[in-house]
Amino acid sequence: MLLGRELALSWGRGGGPLLALAFYAATATLLPLATGPEPARLAALAPGSAWLALALASLLSLERLFERDFEDGALDLLALGPAPLELAALAKCLAHWITAGAPLALAAPIVAIALGASPTLAPMIALTALIGGISFSFCGGVGAALSLGSRRGGVLIAVIVLPLFAPPVIFGAGAIDAYGAGLDWKTGLMLLSAFSLACLGLGPFAMAAACRNALS
Amino acid sequence: MIAALANPRAFIRFSQWAAPLLGAVAAVLGAIGLWLDFTAPPDYQQGYTIHVMFIHVPAAWMSTFVYACLGGASFIGLVFRHALADAAARAAAPLGAAFTLLALVTGSLWGRPMWGTWWVWDARLTSVLVLFLLYLGYMALDAAIDDEAKAARACSILALVGLINLPIVHYSVVWWNTLHQGPSVFRAGGPAMPPIYLAPLLTMVLAYTAAFGALWLVRIRSEVWRRRAGALALRAAD
Repeated sequence: MLLGRELALSWGRGGGPLLALAFYAATATLLPLATGPEPARLAALAPGSAWLALALASLLSLERLFERDFEDGALDLLALGPAPLELAALAKCLAHWITAGAPLALAAPIVAIALGASPTLAPMIALTALIGGISFSFCGGVGAALSLGSRRGGVLIAVIVLPLFAPPVIFGAGAIDAYGAGLDWKTGLMLLSAFSLACLGLGPFAMAAACRNALS
Repeated sequence: MIAALANPRAFIRFSQWAAPLLGAVAAVLGAIGLWLDFTAPPDYQQGYTIHVMFIHVPAAWMSTFVYACLGGASFIGLVFRHALADAAARAAAPLGAAFTLLALVTGSLWGRPMWGTWWVWDARLTSVLVLFLLYLGYMALDAAIDDEAKAARACSILALVGLINLPIVHYSVVWWNTLHQGPSVFRAGGPAMPPIYLAPLLTMVLAYTAAFGALWLVRIRSEVWRRRAGALALRAAD
């Protein structure tokens, strides 16, 4: 029920995944303009920059993740309601992943191929983006919950959360590189999954603690 | 001892003599360490640049040590809701950021003659840089929330999240790429460093630790006084 509400909210207001996708496309467009359009150079950068743009795009809608409910009092109701706040945080981040992370993950191979990556990489890019998106949503949710009630929330979330994105970016881009080079890519993928699962398991507790603090 | 110091009044009394004492210890040890350093012969490989090590390595150790202190204080502040622990965590952050910056800058200056480059995207360097960014994020969050009690609790949660993440970040970048030399002091089979360099290095580590202790106590004291001044101003305004 909570998940349904969150999904409806993020589809209804703020344009859902369209905004994130547009941001993703715009960042990817700037890359060849910044580095020069030589196909060889772009192809080397393509999988990595597709991942970098993904991390940035998933930050985009995080700012409103808790703030909307915090402002209109819905977060108070969620805190008082029968379901624990941890569950509400879980539902919020899951909804964020479904509406922003998953569409972005499907767009990631297209962007990477447009930048010149080999099409054989496409399934690997989509898979790592899908798994890595979980950690982006849940790590980012912690940042969003912590910056509740502060000034300049959006920039603050980026400063807090981007250093924490280092492991998924390393594991994800590493797995894609290893896959492309015909090396052992399973290690990177497993480490990425482990990190995402850890975020999924621990993130809601940190988010709930941060929300209670902001509400008190 | 920590339980006895939890009382702010007892802490103020204790830190009144402990802070200058630690400061003096830091100055004496630092002087001895520098003297040992400059009387040590130049390294057969690294020449005179070996002297950078005595500034760089202790700073790098302190950068993680201070984060551990920050995490410990945050945990106590979060679980036992102790105001002094919040003050301690808050006071430690800029010090840790300063040590981390010192390690990065001296490392860069050392890397130029030794590796031929100011900066490489190597595992150690990158993980220390991420640590520096974590300190900056902590300080930014602290500065952005107006309500002090809320800011302290939010910062504590962030510090604990960072504490869990720090080893992951470290090992992920090690897995990613490494050029920095491995540990040469704490390792199986004893230190791989001649005593003539080990002695000044360990002295400098102790000096850095004492200096951090002194500065930390002074900063916690000023934090306690600042809060007391705020409370007095509120009472006077009533």
